Amino acid sequence: MEKQLYELTLKEAIDVAKAEGPWEIIRAVIDRTALLNPRLNAFVRFEPEHFLKKSRKSEDFKGVLSGAPLSVKDNICIHGCETTCASKILRGHVPPYDATVIRKLGDAGAFFLGQCNMDEFAFGSSCETSAYGAVKNPWDIERVPGGSSGGSAVAVAADMTIAALGSDTGGSIRQPAALCGVVGLKPTYGRVSRYGLIAFGSSFDQIGPITKTVEDSAILMNLISGFDPHDSTSVNQTVPDYTKALARNVKGLRIGLPKEYFVEGIDPEVETKVREAANVLKQLGAQIKTISLPHTAYAVAVYYIVAVAEASSNLGRFDGVQYGLRAPGKNLLEMYFETRNQGFGEEAKRRILLGNFVLSAGYYEAYYRKGQKVRTLIRKDFEEAFKEVDLILTPTSPTPAFKINEKISDPLAMYLSDIFTIPANLVGIPAMSLPCGFTEKGLPIGVQLMAKPFDEEGIFRAAFALEQEIRIYKRKPKL
Amino acid sequence: MEFEIEKIAQLSRLSLKPEELKKLRKDIESILGYIKTLGDLKTGDIEPTSHVLDLENVFRKDDVTRINIRDEVISRAPCVEGPFFKVPKVVDKE
Repeated sequence: MEKQLYELTLKEAIDVAKAEGPWEIIRAVIDRTALLNPRLNAFVRFEPEHFLKKSRKSEDFKGVLSGAPLSVKDNICIHGCETTCASKILRGHVPPYDATVIRKLGDAGAFFLGQCNMDEFAFGSSCETSAYGAVKNPWDIERVPGGSSGGSAVAVAADMTIAALGSDTGGSIRQPAALCGVVGLKPTYGRVSRYGLIAFGSSFDQIGPITKTVEDSAILMNLISGFDPHDSTSVNQTVPDYTKALARNVKGLRIGLPKEYFVEGIDPEVETKVREAANVLKQLGAQIKTISLPHTAYAVAVYYIVAVAEASSNLGRFDGVQYGLRAPGKNLLEMYFETRNQGFGEEAKRRILLGNFVLSAGYYEAYYRKGQKVRTLIRKDFEEAFKEVDLILTPTSPTPAFKINEKISDPLAMYLSDIFTIPANLVGIPAMSLPCGFTEKGLPIGVQLMAKPFDEEGIFRAAFALEQEIRIYKRKPKL
Repeated sequence: MEFEIEKIAQLSRLSLKPEELKKLRKDIESILGYIKTLGDLKTGDIEPTSHVLDLENVFRKDDVTRINIRDEVISRAPCVEGPFFKVPKVVDKE
């Protein structure tokens, strides 16, 4: 059967758009999304008309992307387009500027379709905390897509967009990519500008691509990476051409499997497929060795001190004065309390309370300071490991997609689903999830590759070799 | 119990309903219990990591750029008067 236009990878879409213009592809994706979004809830706003009105003429669609249709998570600001972090408290918030990634992709000829659903303020691993309702996994609509960038991952997996952007603070790109069977990359901290990304955990947050293939990820990384004077944490370091790393050659690459990531509690089917992926790389010439990251078991605890502390501070700005929701109150203080109580959902409140607690007088040393010190220990684990190996290979998530409502009433169980993705954020290193197989029930399984800071090329090299060898990205959910 | 949710809710500017207080207190106590595992580790002389890039102050040139988005910002705010954000009364008259 001939490939439908909405099924194209970004690379293929660019080639078609360069030859024939992007309109047929855009139309195909719009029709597909109109059909599927009522079932999957991947988009909170799907308004191609809005972007058409922004005087996007055919000549705007030159550039590298030539009008290929993309989508972004609802926490990345687009000038003139409501952006809400899937929260009631930001309803009606219309940013007066473009995020740097939006400007860069726009300049490269992207056509933006709309904004993808997410956990409220990116707080969650299942896309069930969105004020717009839960997102459904296209491989089994009774299951979660993962989170927080679940809408972006579903849109890519279900061919409702050609590619998308998400953001990753503790696994929010990689875990949904794994659960939906697509490719998600969290770049090195500082690689991509966060200007215009509504902040969650400022020492962790990174924007990154969610795509159908490894090559598509490299194409988007070429466009969004680099120093930005508007983000003082972006790093002034040359951006290589990542597509050059897609060489299908892993000879001599040293890959470590940390023993702490293959422990009790991990789903046996996940473990099998991830070990098989390591074997494929070995057969292609990589050296596989077992390594140790001894402080792995403490990563979630550190994260739920430091990230919530940063989150509670970042969410202090939502007070009903400058943007979004305002609840009436007879004086200023009452207005603050009512606005925040009505505007934030339960998970946001939980994190604000926990964050303010660990920062409060009397507890700062015992919690926040302690967490920062253990963060140093985890960082040293990785520094030691990278003396022995070039890449670290692990499962992305300990389980495949779980059922909707299975973990939502037990926050700690939900937090532990990010146990393998959180360390890369604590340490600031790049990490990618790519599909490596399916369970017997047909649910996707993701393998994670982590590298030294600014060695996204090493990840691309191994990921491309693995993907081309196992070729499972061609399998699509039945919808 | 060390976690006084009423006090923290006050500091967080959240007016929680009684049923919310109960549920959130239980959740947070369980999370704090989990976090206590960090106590197993000796960290006396370990330097804390606040930021992975070890950045010092980042400076830029103090150049004037001309942008005026005031009207656009104000037009989207929840309550305004002229070019100002308007809020409820801050100070009560004597």
